[in-house]
Amino acid sequence: MSMHTPLYKKHLDLGAKMIEFFGYEMPLQYSGIMTEHKCVRSLAGVFDLSHMGEILIGGEGASKFLNYMTTNNVKNLKTGKVQYNLLTNESGGIIDDILIYRLPEAYYLVVNAANKDKDYQWLLEHVTDNAYVKDLSGETALIAVQGPYALKVTEKVLGQSVGHIKYYNFADVNYRGEKIRVSRTGYTGEDGFEIYHSPQLAGVLWDDIFAAGEPDQIKPIGLGARDTLRLEMRMPLYGNELTEETTPIQAGLSRVIDFEKGDFIGREHILKAKEAGTKQRLVGFELMEKGISRHGYEITDQKKKIGYVTSGSISPSTGKSIGLGYVNNEYAKTGAVIYIQIRKKQIPAKIVKGRFVEISRKTK
Amino acid sequence: MEVKKGLLYTKDHEWVQELSDTIVRIGITDFAQDQLGDVVYVELPEKGMEVSKGEPFTVVESVKAASDVFSPVSGTITDVNEQLEDSPELLNELPYSEGWIIEVEIDEFSLLKLMSAEEYENYLKEV
Repeated sequence: MSMHTPLYKKHLDLGAKMIEFFGYEMPLQYSGIMTEHKCVRSLAGVFDLSHMGEILIGGEGASKFLNYMTTNNVKNLKTGKVQYNLLTNESGGIIDDILIYRLPEAYYLVVNAANKDKDYQWLLEHVTDNAYVKDLSGETALIAVQGPYALKVTEKVLGQSVGHIKYYNFADVNYRGEKIRVSRTGYTGEDGFEIYHSPQLAGVLWDDIFAAGEPDQIKPIGLGARDTLRLEMRMPLYGNELTEETTPIQAGLSRVIDFEKGDFIGREHILKAKEAGTKQRLVGFELMEKGISRHGYEITDQKKKIGYVTSGSISPSTGKSIGLGYVNNEYAKTGAVIYIQIRKKQIPAKIVKGRFVEISRKTK
Repeated sequence: MEVKKGLLYTKDHEWVQELSDTIVRIGITDFAQDQLGDVVYVELPEKGMEVSKGEPFTVVESVKAASDVFSPVSGTITDVNEQLEDSPELLNELPYSEGWIIEVEIDEFSLLKLMSAEEYENYLKEV
């Protein structure tokens, strides 16, 4: 049986092509991945992300408990701010990559749809007496507005200024009699907001956003373009780049590990991986000939397997064929040429540094 | 979804146009291109290559996935649509004309068991 978000009917009415996504029937695309992708980069797009999970962690022991469960330090997080963080297991493998919102009295975790039950159970198993864990996913809907016109459209919808909310900050604001959470975050590289609210409000908010954004020709965006948008920005996707078998070190996420904060689950293994070095590292690459790399394809040096592709696509912004993958350390150098096994051919690819597309998070 | 009259069709959503008694042109249907989404790459086969009925002869890649295209006939490829090399979007825009993929000199009886436009239309109602 598949689950539906409160906006399911809206997607069908818009003629979306629906796919099964970790138990949810979600829109893959409406007008087409290319069109939607370019719309977010040049104007703005609207995403239904209500399938994602929200978990509240409170109690006087909350920060100590969370610091033991995650790699980053939540004690550094001030009220009103958002932090990118990781849940790891005993062997240092990544259970999930999450956002943590610091509320005055608690922490609000936003987790991947694919992992929400697993995360919730994992937190419940470890929760201390002086902390509590509450799953809010069922009472939370999430709509994201992303792109150069996101600020303008969001302010028009909410009838108030939100430009003062800085990147990776949030504010709770009143909208149609309800307190909603407006967060300046996203998964596209563009400026924009993620808006948390009750399922009852989702339909109205969705309609308000399209009414406000109509002059700027904003469009609904499906999971297809969500994936190409994040890939161009080289943002990792759980299940592709991040798994329980990969450590944050391999995945290049050292910046979200605080070894000084005290013990946390997996610390020993992650520290060892950092000190001893890992066998493979995550790299970005551009194909030098025609073809498209896909999740799971082998990477070779023309003789033997040296890694595997975790994500690959055409970049809708540049037309280049781009991808991410793990390769053996000795090959993980910018400018090095590796080969992607695409069916019977080995297509050369160049390892590149940084984002695949430069954007300026411009706001119109 | 357009089903063009006068062509023959397969259950895998390819079409066959008879250019002469022995030469046919092959492409994918409007339904197939819609299912694929934006086509960004077509791995074209080479002229002279043999194709067998029901076997894949090319791979069409959309943004989201790679899909095999199965040959509706057996025979030898006499021409490929080189335009698709630089304009794979023709498969989406004009699936029954400019978006054709290959031409094949067919073996005898190769056209048996293909569907007419009417039969394909009915088939689409079931899928």
